[in-house]
Amino acid sequence: MTAQDIVAVDKGAPPGGDVLLRASDVTKHYPLRTDTLSRRRRVLRAVDGVSLAVRTGETLGIVGESGCGKSTLGRCLVRLTELTGGRVEFDGQDITTLSARRLRPVRPGMQLVFQDPQASLNPRRRAGDIVAEPLLVHRYGDAAAVRRRVAELFDVVGLAGAHLDRYPHEFSGGQRQRIGIARALATAPKLIVADEPVSALDVSIQAQVLNLFADLQEEFALTYVFIAHDLGVVRHVSDRIAVMYLGEIVELAGTEALYEAPAHPYTQALLSAVPDIDDGTHAADAPRRERIVLTGEVPNPVDKPTGCPFRTRCPYARERCALERPRLTLTPSGRHTACHYPLTV
Amino acid sequence: MPEPLPEHLPEPLLDVRDLRVSFRTRRGPVTAVDGLSLSVAPGEVLGVVGESGSGKSVSMLAVLRLLTNPNVTVSGQVLFRGRDLLTLPDKQMRAIRGREIAMVFQDPMTALTPVYTVGWQIAEQIRAHGQVSRKEAHARAVRLLSDVGIPDAASRVNAYPHEFSGGMRQRAVIAMALSCSPALLIADEPTTALDVTVQAQILDLMRELNADGSAMVLITHDMGVISQIADRVLVMYGGRAAEDGPRRAVFHGPRHPYTWGLLDSVPRVGGPRLRRLPTIAGMPVSPGSLPTGCAFAPRCRLSHDRCEERPALAAGNGDAAHRDACWLPPEDRASLRLTARAAASDVQDMDSEAAS
Amino acid sequence: MISFALKRFASALLVMFSISVLVFLIFFATPGVDPAARIAGRNADPATLAQVRHSFGLDRPLPIRYLLMMRHLLIDRDLESFVNRGSRVIPQIVQAMPVTLSLVVGAAVIWMTVGILMGTAAATLRGTAVDPLIMLVGVVGVSLPAYWLGEVVNLVTQKQLHDSVFSWVPPPGYVDLTGDPGQWALHLLFPWLTLALLYAGIYARLLRGEVVTALNEDYVRTARAKGLSERRILVRHALRCSLIPIVSLFGLDFGALVGGAALLTEVVFGLPGIGKLTFDALQNLDLPVIMGTVLYAAFFVVLANALVDILYARLDPRARHA
Repeated sequence: MTAQDIVAVDKGAPPGGDVLLRASDVTKHYPLRTDTLSRRRRVLRAVDGVSLAVRTGETLGIVGESGCGKSTLGRCLVRLTELTGGRVEFDGQDITTLSARRLRPVRPGMQLVFQDPQASLNPRRRAGDIVAEPLLVHRYGDAAAVRRRVAELFDVVGLAGAHLDRYPHEFSGGQRQRIGIARALATAPKLIVADEPVSALDVSIQAQVLNLFADLQEEFALTYVFIAHDLGVVRHVSDRIAVMYLGEIVELAGTEALYEAPAHPYTQALLSAVPDIDDGTHAADAPRRERIVLTGEVPNPVDKPTGCPFRTRCPYARERCALERPRLTLTPSGRHTACHYPLTV
Repeated sequence: MPEPLPEHLPEPLLDVRDLRVSFRTRRGPVTAVDGLSLSVAPGEVLGVVGESGSGKSVSMLAVLRLLTNPNVTVSGQVLFRGRDLLTLPDKQMRAIRGREIAMVFQDPMTALTPVYTVGWQIAEQIRAHGQVSRKEAHARAVRLLSDVGIPDAASRVNAYPHEFSGGMRQRAVIAMALSCSPALLIADEPTTALDVTVQAQILDLMRELNADGSAMVLITHDMGVISQIADRVLVMYGGRAAEDGPRRAVFHGPRHPYTWGLLDSVPRVGGPRLRRLPTIAGMPVSPGSLPTGCAFAPRCRLSHDRCEERPALAAGNGDAAHRDACWLPPEDRASLRLTARAAASDVQDMDSEAAS
Repeated sequence: MISFALKRFASALLVMFSISVLVFLIFFATPGVDPAARIAGRNADPATLAQVRHSFGLDRPLPIRYLLMMRHLLIDRDLESFVNRGSRVIPQIVQAMPVTLSLVVGAAVIWMTVGILMGTAAATLRGTAVDPLIMLVGVVGVSLPAYWLGEVVNLVTQKQLHDSVFSWVPPPGYVDLTGDPGQWALHLLFPWLTLALLYAGIYARLLRGEVVTALNEDYVRTARAKGLSERRILVRHALRCSLIPIVSLFGLDFGALVGGAALLTEVVFGLPGIGKLTFDALQNLDLPVIMGTVLYAAFFVVLANALVDILYARLDPRARHA
C-alpha cells in the first residue's frame, strides 16, 4: 500500500484537490546512549513507518496519547527534524534530502504552530517584531512593506494595532497563540502543521482559537495538519483523522466514519474513554458507546511488542497479532486500519 | 453574606461560608475567592468547575489551610464536622489534614518527594496519624497500592516515584490520600495531566472510592469529567459561585449564561459537528480586576443594567437545590439560552478578546 | 548499586593513570628540555646529572621511562627532593598529610554545620529581616580572602591582644593529634575558623536557594496535605532534597582542599601541610616534590569525584540508572 492509494480511495477526504503533502514510510528513530559494558544498541522508535497524504485544502487530524510520536511526526513532515527513513514530498517536491540552502525557498510554504505560545515566542522581542521575523528572513520587501504586512496579519488573527509594541508576557494565552498563528501566516504558507495549538488554553479561549483556525482556512485556502490529544477538538477540526499508537498509524479514516464506527480496537478504546458531557440532548439518539477501559500501560517505544503494537493491551488479540505486524490496509467501507481483525469492514 | 442552605439537604460534612481569599501584591490586593459558600454532604461528590482564575483551586487550598504565602488573607468560615478549620490551632489542623481530609493534586509527576520510595511516603502518612509500627505501616502501604490497582504491589512499594508512569504515580498519590480513610477527598484536576485512557482508569477508581463512602470534591476544568462523576456541580467564575445544583439539573437545564458558554464551547466527540463553535466572548476575568457587579457581565451577551449590581446565588422557580447568580428572569432562561447560542456561533467574536 | 560503584572506581583509576602519564610527559617529553636537568634542579653538577640519567633510564624509550619513574615514586619510594637532599618525596607527603587532613576535616565540620544552619534558617525565615541579615554575614565571609583574614587573625591573637584576651592562643604551628589532642585542637582552632568562614558563606547561600526552591515544590505541598509537622516537612523533605547538590559540591571542595588547595591557610598559619609543601617546592622549583604533590592532589580530587558520584547515586535514586 502506498500513500497514493490511501488518498485515492478515501471517502473521508474532501472531494477534489491535489495532494499537497505526502509522507511515505517515514521513520524517526532516536538512538539511546548505550551502556559501555553491553553492546546492545537500543533505539527509540518515535515514528515507525508512517505513510499518509494530505490534500490541498483539507485538515488532517493526527490524534494519539502522549508518547505516540504524533509531535515527532509533525516535525518530520515539515523537516524540522531529519528523518531516519522514508520520504516526505511537499507540493510535488521531495524535501527529505534537500540541503539547507535548497530547503530555504520551500520553507515559507509550510509553517508550524506550537503548543505552548509562551515558550515559542521570544520574551525579549515585541509582538510586531516576532511576526516580522519570517518576513525579514525570507526577504519580503522593504521596511514599510514589512510593517504593512505585519499590521495586516495582526488584523487577520484578531489582534489590535496597539498590540504591535507589546511583549509576549503582556498577552493572555489565547492572544499569544494568535501571535504564533500570525507568525506562521506571515509567509503566506500553503500548509500549517499545528501541534497541540489549543491544549494549553481555557475552554472558552480554545473555542475562539479553533474558530480562528476555521476562518483562516476558509479565507486563505490553507491546508492543516492538526495534531492533538483531545478527541473532541480533533473531531471538530478534521476532515480525516489518523490515529497513532507507538509510532504507527493504526487507523486513518474520514472523521464521521471514525467516530461513528471505529475499526481499530485502539480507536474504539480511545473514544470510549472520553468522558462525554451528558446534557440530555444527543444522549437519547446516539447509542451509548460501550466503555472499554484499557488495562496496563503503553509499552516502551524502545521495546515495541512484536507483531501488532497494540496487541499487549488489545481485548481482541489473537495468536496472529503477536506474529505478524498488520499493515495499514483499506477496508471495504473506505477506511484504513492496521488490524488483522478490524471491528468494522 | 452567607447563604442559608436549602433545608432538605443532609447535615453537611464540609460547609464553607462566605470564604474570601485575597493576596497582597505590588499592584494592590487581588481577590481570588470572593464570598464563596458551598457544602458537601457525607458520601457526596461535588464537582467544582471553572476556568483559570476562577478561584476553584485556591478555595480548596484555603479550606485545608495550604496557602502558605505570607501575603495571603483568608476569611469566612470553613466548618468541617461543625468545627471551623480557619480558627483551629495548627496542631489540630495537622491532625485533620491527611487523616480526615486528604488532597490529591494535578501533577502526579511532581507530587511525590523524589528521594523516597512510594511505600515510605505512604507509611510516613500512616505513622503521622497513629501509633503504627514501621512494619505494619509498610504492610498497609502494600495493601493500599494493591487496592488502587497497582500490579505486583508488594515489590512496587519499594520503587521510587520516577520508576512509575504518570498514571501509576497518580494511583500511588491516591493510595496515599486514602491511607487514613479520610471522610473527604479533595482532588484538584487529578486527571488533567493524564492521557484519556489513563483518565478513564483513574475516574473509575474514584467512583469506586465514592461507592465505599468517601465524600469528594473534584476540581476540574473539564465538563465531561464532572458530568461523569459528580453528584452536584458548582460552577465558579471570578472567585464566586455562578451556579450550583444537582448534576442532572445543571447539565440538562443550565441556568447561568456562563455555564451555557462552558457547555457549548467544548467540541464533543458525539452529536452534530459545527463549523464554528459557540464561544464565550473575551477572556476569563482576572482576579485583580473583578467588577463590582456580576463578574461575568463583561463577557455576557445578555448583560443589562441590572448586572452592575452583584446577583446573589438564588434558586429560580422549582428546584430549591439548583441555584444560580444571575439577574435574568428564571422563566425565560431556556429561550434566552437558544438566543445566546445562536449569537455566540454567528458573531465574529475574535476581536472581543483582542479588545482588552 | 555495587556494580555502579565498581564501575565508577574503575573509571577513577583510569583517570588517575591518565593524569600520571600527563604529569610524566610534561616533565619528560617537553621538547628542548633536558629532563635530567629538571629533575636535578637548579645548578646541578654533571655527576648528579649523569646519576639522574642513569637511575631514570633517560636513554630508554618513553614507556619504560614512565614505568621507571612510577617505580621510583610509588614502589621504591626513593625519589628524592632536590632541595633537601636525602628527604624523599613520598615520606614527605605522608608526613604532611595528617596536618592537611586535620585542618580540612575540622574546617569542613564547622562550615557544613554553620552553612546548613544558616542556609536553612534564612530559607525558612525568608520575608523577615533575619534572612537578609544571615545572607549579609555569608557575603562578608565569602569576601574575605583567607590570607588576609589569616594575617589579621594572627595580628590580633599573636600581637595586639595577645597579652589580654587571646593569651591562651598558642603560637602558630602544628601539634600532633596523637601527641596532645588538646593542643592539637587549640593550635588548629583559628585556622579552622578562617578556612570555614569562606566556605560557610558559600554553602549557606547555595543551600538557602535550594531550600527556598524545594519549599515551593509540589511534593512539599503534598507533605503538608499529609498532615506532617512543619519541622518534618523542612528536614525530611525540603532539606533532604536540597542537600543533594550541596553534598556533591562538598565532595569536590573537600577533595581539592585535601589535595592542597588549603595552601594559603596553611602558609599563613605556618602549618606544615600539603599546601605548604607544594608552596615551598614551587618556590624552590623542587621538581620531584612538585610532581609528587601534583599526583597526590590529582589522586584526592579524582577520589573525591568518584565518592561524590557514588554518594549522589545514594542520595538521589534518579541518578542510579544514568
